[in-house]
Order: sequence, then C-alpha cells, then structure tokens
Amino acid sequence: MSAPEMQNTQSPVVDLEELQYARAQRRDKIAKWTLPVLMLLLAIFLWDRLVVWNEIPHYILPGPGLVIETLIEDWGMLSDALWVTLKITLMALAVAVLGGVGLAVLFTQSRYFEMAFYPFAVILQVTPVVSIAPLIFIYVDNRLAGLLLCAWIVAFFPILSNTTLGLNSTDHNLRDLYKIYGATRWQRLRYLQLPTALPYFLGGLRIAGGLALIGAVVSEYVAGTGGIGSGLAFRILEAGYRLNIPRMFAALLLIAATGVVIFTLASLLSHALLHKWHESAIKREN
Amino acid sequence: MSNTSSIPPLGQRDALLHMANIDKVFNGNVEALKNLNLTVNQGDFISLLGPSGCGKSTALRLIAGLMRQTSGQITWNGGLNEGDLGVVFQEPTLMPWATVEQNVWLPHRLRGKSLDDVRGDIMWALKMVGLESFQKSYPRELSGGMKMRVSIARALVTQPRLILMDEPFAALDEITRHKLNNDLLMLRDKLKCTVIFVTHSVFESVFLSDRIVVMAARPGRVSSEVTVDAPYPRTEEFRTSAQYAELCRKASDALHGAMNQHGERASA
Ligand SMILES: Nc1ncnc2c1ncn2[C@@H]1O[C@H](COP(=O)(O)OP(=O)(O)O)[C@@H](O)[C@H]1O
Ligand SMILES: [Mg+2]
Repeated sequence: MSAPEMQNTQSPVVDLEELQYARAQRRDKIAKWTLPVLMLLLAIFLWDRLVVWNEIPHYILPGPGLVIETLIEDWGMLSDALWVTLKITLMALAVAVLGGVGLAVLFTQSRYFEMAFYPFAVILQVTPVVSIAPLIFIYVDNRLAGLLLCAWIVAFFPILSNTTLGLNSTDHNLRDLYKIYGATRWQRLRYLQLPTALPYFLGGLRIAGGLALIGAVVSEYVAGTGGIGSGLAFRILEAGYRLNIPRMFAALLLIAATGVVIFTLASLLSHALLHKWHESAIKREN
Repeated sequence: MSNTSSIPPLGQRDALLHMANIDKVFNGNVEALKNLNLTVNQGDFISLLGPSGCGKSTALRLIAGLMRQTSGQITWNGGLNEGDLGVVFQEPTLMPWATVEQNVWLPHRLRGKSLDDVRGDIMWALKMVGLESFQKSYPRELSGGMKMRVSIARALVTQPRLILMDEPFAALDEITRHKLNNDLLMLRDKLKCTVIFVTHSVFESVFLSDRIVVMAARPGRVSSEVTVDAPYPRTEEFRTSAQYAELCRKASDALHGAMNQHGERASA
C-alpha cells in the first residue's frame, strides 16, 4: 500500500492525473451509450441511402422504412408468430435450466454418475441440431414437444458445463470448515456449492438464452409447416416462397430483437443477483 | 464457560488433548509427521513454530479431524463434542455472498439453528472482535484485518474449548497484525479458551503464547519447547521489554537448532 505515500510526496502530479482520469471516465460513460446508438443509426441511414440512390427494387432489398411499414401492417400475423417462437424459446430455456442444473448437481454428487453420463452430454452438444432434428420429428409425434426437444439440446449444455464447473469451484478452506462443523451433503450443496456456482450458472444462462432462440428457429425450419401455430422462422420461409422480402426482413428484425431482449434480461438478472458481492459486478479504478 | 475463574499457571492445568506417537505419511513416502508427541492443556496458548513444510498445518488438520493419522493416537479429555472446536485459517475464508452476520452464523446454521435463535451469540462474538456495527456488511466492504476479525468471530461463536489458528495473521501488514495480536490476547483472557496458533514468526509466538512448540522438518516432529513465563496480560510495553528480547533470542535459537537438525538429516 504505497498509494497514500505517493499522494503526499507528489500530489500535484497525482492531481493532474486524477483530473485526466476523471475526464476519461466521464467520456467513457457517455461513449458507452452514444457510440453504439450513433453507429446503429448511421448504418440504418446508409442502408436507406443505398436503396434510394441505387433505386434497388423492394423485392431485392427493401429500405428500413418499408420494413417498419410491413412490420406494422403484418403485425397481427407476425406477433402471433413471435409469440409461438418466444414460447418455444422460453420453455426450452426453462427446461435447459432445470435439466442443466439438475444434471450438474447429480454430477457433483457422484463421480460415477458424471463418468457415465458426461459423454452423452458432449455428444448431444457437438452434433449439429439440424442433423438430429429430422429424426426427432420422425420419432416425436407432438410438434411442440419436438421443437422443444431440439431447442433444449442446443441450450442446455452451457448451463450444464458452467454449473458443474461452479459447483466444483468451492474454496477448499470453506470445504474444510463445513467438514469440521459436520455439514451434511445437502447443507454443503445448499449453503456452499450452489452460491459458489451462481455466477457461473448466470454466465451459462446468458449463452443459453441466445442458443435457445437459435434452437427454436432452426428446428422450426426443419419442422416446416406445422399443425401448431407457425413461428417466425416459418413466416420467413413462407414469405421467401412468395418473394415478400420486406416481410422476411420484418420477421428477421423481430428475431434479432428477441435475442437482444433475452440477453439483456439475463444480464439484468445477473446484475441483480450478484451486484452486492461478486467481483464481476464491482467497479474498480484502473 | 468458566469465564470468571482465571487460567491456572503452567504445570497445574488439566490435560485437554494428547497426541501420542503420531505419524502422518502422504502418498506412501512423504513423512509429514514422524513420532509427534504433544499434550495440550486447558488454557494453554501454544504456538507451533517451525520452518514451512515441517508439518504444522498437518498437525492442526489431524486435531481438527480433517484427516486421519497414519499411526498413533489422539485422545480428548472428556471427548470431543459439537462446538468444541473453532478454526481460523490463513485466509479469512468468508462466504462472499453472505453478510458478516450470516458468515458468523455458519457453525450454528450447520447444526440446524435458525438465525433468530442464535442472534445473541452472533452479536456477542461480533462484539468480541469489535465489529458489532458491521453485521449487515458484505465481506468485500471490509479491510483485510476486519475480514480476519469476522473469521475469528465465527470461530468464537460456539464458545469452543479449543481454537486452532493456522498462520491467521501472516498475510496482514505489521500494524494490523500487532493490533490483532493484542486483541487476540484480550479475547483469550476473557474466554479462558485454549489456543493452538501456527506461525513462523518468532516475535509473534513469543508475544502471544505461554508455550512455544518448535518443530523440525523432514520428517516433521517436535524439536524442542520454549516456555514463555511472562505474565498476562501482555501489552505493547511487553514488546519493547528486555524480557521479550531475551525470550525472542531463546526461541530463535531453538528454531535455528531445529533447522540445523534438519540440515544434518538431509545430508545424512
Ligand atoms: N495433502 C497432502 N498431500 C501430500 N503431501 C502433503 C499434503 N499436505 C502436506 N503435505 C506435505 O507434508 C509436509 C508438511 O506440510 P504442512 O503441514 O503443510 O507444513 P507447514 O504447515 O508446516 O508448512 C510438506 O512436505 C507437504 O508438502
Ligand atoms: Mg502451513
């Protein structure tokens, strides 16, 4: 701790540095929000100009204005589709959380269980879902169940692997302490391992949220026209057949927005749960 | 707790625990402890002093029941009951997601007691270490010394008969360490508990303890014992007294003796 000494002996220098630091800090804070927004607006503007200046017909590339117009016009159909996709995504994510955390807990309770089942988890993870999906739709009659299964396969692995890592990352001194005080397995899991795993789990959740959406969309493509209400991916396919390019863009916009919202919600949840104590949530100078 | 009676002088204390002919071998060939014999009496403040690797932590872990000796006997006078042991490690070892109060609750919580039932004990322990106003703080809001105090409060909360401390202040700066040393002696004076304190600092061991058990390495064993016959309470004046300097020299000699034994054995 030599910082106080430094401040005493060379205070003018430190003052100047501190001033610069504070200024840089303020600049960073403003740039953090304005820069991405400005770039996004600029990109949309260029997109619009590109279409107008080159007189690109809307069935090749619609301008941003037309996409928004279509979104509003077709809102009835698109919002239904959004709801279907969202439902599958969220259900898959929920099952991924339950399955991922549940399996992770079982893994840490028994090494043999982990040895026996980890390979299956890896095989499911590394096999592209598009290649399993057709089989799933042959064997699973219920379309919703099939879609869910596909999305789940994609989403559960990051939760499983992150949570397993977290459950195994407990401080060894704390583990000793629990042992000395005669903690049961259940107490150790509940009071020590699960809280330790929480930040890891939340990191996995952020990834899994995006993957669940991808899984839902991809499996919808594979499933094609379905008995149950059609989701956004189906609407994109359908609009493609009809060369309704603006609607394709409108549906695409909704998928992207959904992904961003899911990621933001997961980040907010992470912040809410961790900001009081976890290193990741603590802002340090330099 | 027998808080009112004072600790009898050395030689007149009842035995608390015997370690007899303890061997501990790791991986079939690392002799961490060989034929360790030690009797701990009620009210002793024992420092285990020795070079790193001489088996100090291993001895503590055996007493704490975290592992079993390869051979030899550890016997407790009156048996070992729940809450008889308090442990403090080199790191504060707090749960970062839990408040100070919840951290100190841990030993009771693991025995199924609700926070409300033991709030009195928790506040008492926090008061002992001077942190009663920080019960709702999170560990990251505390300094290194304060975290260590929380760790000590957690060890005290069950009013243990024996407190094991493994180089608890080694990572702290000297000023904080002196302060915590003074406070630890005050605590011990109030609680009349038995302490086994691992350190590799001669000065710390002399200031704190009435028995310094000097250990030698390879294989780990008790090399000699230095009795610190300075009366408690010991204050800052004791640190600058001639008696303290003399005792430090004595302990230092004993430690060097232990290290030389080690050298002879290594070359043999
Ligand atoms: N779990 C273990 N496995 C193997 N060797 C160990 C283990 N714990 C300690 N040792 C060895 O035992 C010896 C004593 O270690 P330790 O008790 O930690 O010494 P100290 O605390 O005095 O520094 C060292 O040589 C160390 O490498
Ligand atoms: Mg050690």
